[in-house]
Amino acid sequence: MAKIRENFPILSTKVYGKPLVYFDNAATSQKPQQVIDRLVKYYQEENSNVHRGIYYLSELASAKYEEARDVVRTHLNANSLAEIIFVRGATEGINLVANSWGKHNIVAGDEVIISAMEHHANLVPWQQLCKEKGATLKVIPIDDNGEIIFEEYKNLLSDKTKIVAVAHTSNGIGTINPIKEIIAEAHKKNIPVLVDGCQASPHFKVDVKELDCDFYVFSGHKTFAPTGIGVLYGKENLLDAMPPYQMGGEMIKFVSFTETTFNDLPIKFEAATPNIAGAIGLATAIEYVDSLGRNNIENYEEDLKSYALQKLQEVKNLKLIGNAKNRIPLFSFVVEGTHPLDLGTMLDFEGIAIRTGNHCAQPLMQRMGVAATCRASLAFYNTKAEVDYFVDSLNKVVKKLIS
Amino acid sequence: MQQTIEEIQQEIVEEFEMFHEWQDKYEYLIQLGKELDPMPVNTQTEENKVKGCQSNVWVNAEYTDGKLFFTGDSDALIVKGLVALVLRVFTGNNPDEILNAQPHFIADIGLANHLSPTRSNGLAAMVKQIKFYALAYKTKAGLA
Repeated sequence: MAKIRENFPILSTKVYGKPLVYFDNAATSQKPQQVIDRLVKYYQEENSNVHRGIYYLSELASAKYEEARDVVRTHLNANSLAEIIFVRGATEGINLVANSWGKHNIVAGDEVIISAMEHHANLVPWQQLCKEKGATLKVIPIDDNGEIIFEEYKNLLSDKTKIVAVAHTSNGIGTINPIKEIIAEAHKKNIPVLVDGCQASPHFKVDVKELDCDFYVFSGHKTFAPTGIGVLYGKENLLDAMPPYQMGGEMIKFVSFTETTFNDLPIKFEAATPNIAGAIGLATAIEYVDSLGRNNIENYEEDLKSYALQKLQEVKNLKLIGNAKNRIPLFSFVVEGTHPLDLGTMLDFEGIAIRTGNHCAQPLMQRMGVAATCRASLAFYNTKAEVDYFVDSLNKVVKKLIS
Repeated sequence: MQQTIEEIQQEIVEEFEMFHEWQDKYEYLIQLGKELDPMPVNTQTEENKVKGCQSNVWVNAEYTDGKLFFTGDSDALIVKGLVALVLRVFTGNNPDEILNAQPHFIADIGLANHLSPTRSNGLAAMVKQIKFYALAYKTKAGLA
């Protein structure tokens, strides 16, 4: 573990003279030295535009960029490179599908299903699409523990349903959804499913073939890669039938003033110069986590999660928001008599970084009966010692606030 | 003799200069928040809510003998401490004095740079609300 932490230089920095305890991994993860070095190497030795130049450097950058796509393809176990679209992040991936697939396939009277725990990024694009088309947004309800009510979901699926868009795991309360079952149920009625995998990809291996999802999105920056890069996976036949989302360079084959012929997948959806360094950094991040062993990470996190859960429950007047049986090491909570903003601010002075607020999931917070929460989200480089320090600091801060 | 807005601002800046660590300054804000006189419950209305705050903030104004008296509250203690400071600076003055005042103490303390944008926007919204009350009562008084 000490070795792994050494790979993340930022973890040894200090905040207000105290060692940084970074518990805001659901907002963004830290980057290992391997990824940082790879970015430096790219800009020092390989930088040029891709798929355009006829010279050595451009071919080198193009090759590295496409190799990165192949690393992602292997990582997700996708069938072909055509199914891997590089985007800015999950938000852009969802907007791409809602705009391209959605505008092409949704008509008045249709229904789109999401869940009550969606991040705004997997809610607003669908809501706006429905408004524009005269379609209806249906919401799968969740119970008090923050778990999807599966029977209700089944009842929502109908001949009118055109797509189901749900989070693999919740960014607000940490629930891992039974995504395979959700997909299988939709497929019984030939309804495609988009999965928002932002909070899943940093914690466990995703196999799109095993899930049989139709679209899967995740953000690089939440999974130890640079900001500004993400992935949209889509089944090739679906992507192939979709019109381009943004128009520009490289995504075209032939242009006259009256006509344009678009390029093939995946370039069709990658208008403009892509985030080449980001894509290469993402591949490096995937390879780095692979080198640690995905199983090792899952086992370690499982242990850390149980420990943190137990420690948090020992804090007086602390109420966990969301109590799903199947969850990632992400804990939303409130402490009676205190405001999350005050807790977050005072914990900052102890060197602890957590998130406070509504976590871009206001409808979820309303459902759980709170305006805001504190959220501590852990990654594989966090330790039990940090959990102990966090709980001690929390107790100390609460005492200051309510005395 | 009542202190002027300028004198109170100076006093606040000096109080905060006693604390060298940010943590201590914030703990002082918490203390001020705890000590703030409660706002009459019937004035905690939607109309008195300050827009632009991440936590809830209410400010109410009473107009007596040509002067404005403010009460306020917040559900977050640190913000309540900020409310206490703002009220202390502005309360008991006539609308013109309030409208002409520059709340520079926030920047002088260093809070302007230290507060997260959401909070400094909230603080700015609070001051704006107070000036809005002053303008409203000035207009009303002028018409009467």
